[in-house]
Amino acid sequence: MSPIAPGEPVPEFTLRRENGEAFTRADLEGHTTVLVFYPFAFSPVCTDQLGLYEEMLDEFKSRGATLYGVSCDAHYSQRAFRDQLGVTIEQLSDFEPKGEVCRAFGVYHPGGFAQRALVIIGPEGVVTWSYQADAPSELPGANLIFDGLEAPAPPV
Amino acid sequence: MTEFRSAPVPEPSADDHHGGPVDAPLVIEYVDFECPYCAALNVKLAGRRLHRVFRHFPVRTSHPRAWAAAGAAEAAGLQGRFWEMHDLLFADQGRLEDPHLWQRARTLGLDVDRFDSDRRSELVRARVGRDFKSGVRAGVVTTPTLFAGGRMYAGQIDARTLDEIGACD
Repeated sequence: MSPIAPGEPVPEFTLRRENGEAFTRADLEGHTTVLVFYPFAFSPVCTDQLGLYEEMLDEFKSRGATLYGVSCDAHYSQRAFRDQLGVTIEQLSDFEPKGEVCRAFGVYHPGGFAQRALVIIGPEGVVTWSYQADAPSELPGANLIFDGLEAPAPPV
Repeated sequence: MTEFRSAPVPEPSADDHHGGPVDAPLVIEYVDFECPYCAALNVKLAGRRLHRVFRHFPVRTSHPRAWAAAGAAEAAGLQGRFWEMHDLLFADQGRLEDPHLWQRARTLGLDVDRFDSDRRSELVRARVGRDFKSGVRAGVVTTPTLFAGGRMYAGQIDARTLDEIGACD
């Protein structure tokens, strides 16, 4: 399975926000979105991917991009994880039906969790760039997101 | 708008902090003074024959005093005592509040007033930020991250890996 490719429109989907409300394709319209798929809340590393991205938030904002963390954890767990990390990046849950959105985006790991992947979606709801780490243990650098944000628009 | 796209890790320059003999195998370190794995790595690196090039990679979400500690090391560096402050910071990561930083400056015999204004200065902030940015562009995510022999080593680094780094000249 490979991640959704540039030029593909985002499929209809429903993720859960931290307050349990739905987050759908319609929420992507009108601005640039970066979906940061990650395997598990509370992975045992010192400075995680999301902590680094948080440090760069002003730079992402200045490029008009909004980041969301996406995993198959329940939204309560995601909220606790976010609090522990001290990050503000909103979390979206793919808990039930488990992994359905990850599958639709081609980033579901056979082990039952999200791959470490990045998907950038343009204001029209079309994927402009995507990346999947070779292994869940590999943490994609923030540089990749900047590369992706500045990548030329894919052919439609 | 600052540039953060991918770029290779910068070669060592005169502006970097260098430790150890320059003809020893080169290791470029991206580290955070509040990161416990970085402190452990510093102990493991001490006594090895390596040319160490130090770069700051403070991440405040995990380590709220990381930037302050980085500034303290730079400010000590402006009085010629970077590596001494580096070791004092790693030696006691539970004490990184301002009075603890001033105490270290006194221990090293620094001009404490100058130290305190330097560590908050734009010059020092920019210096730390320059290292951080070069790390981001090279793909550093976690600390410590080492670059040696054309490879990147991220996270906890064991003695065997350090032996390998020491072997590649």
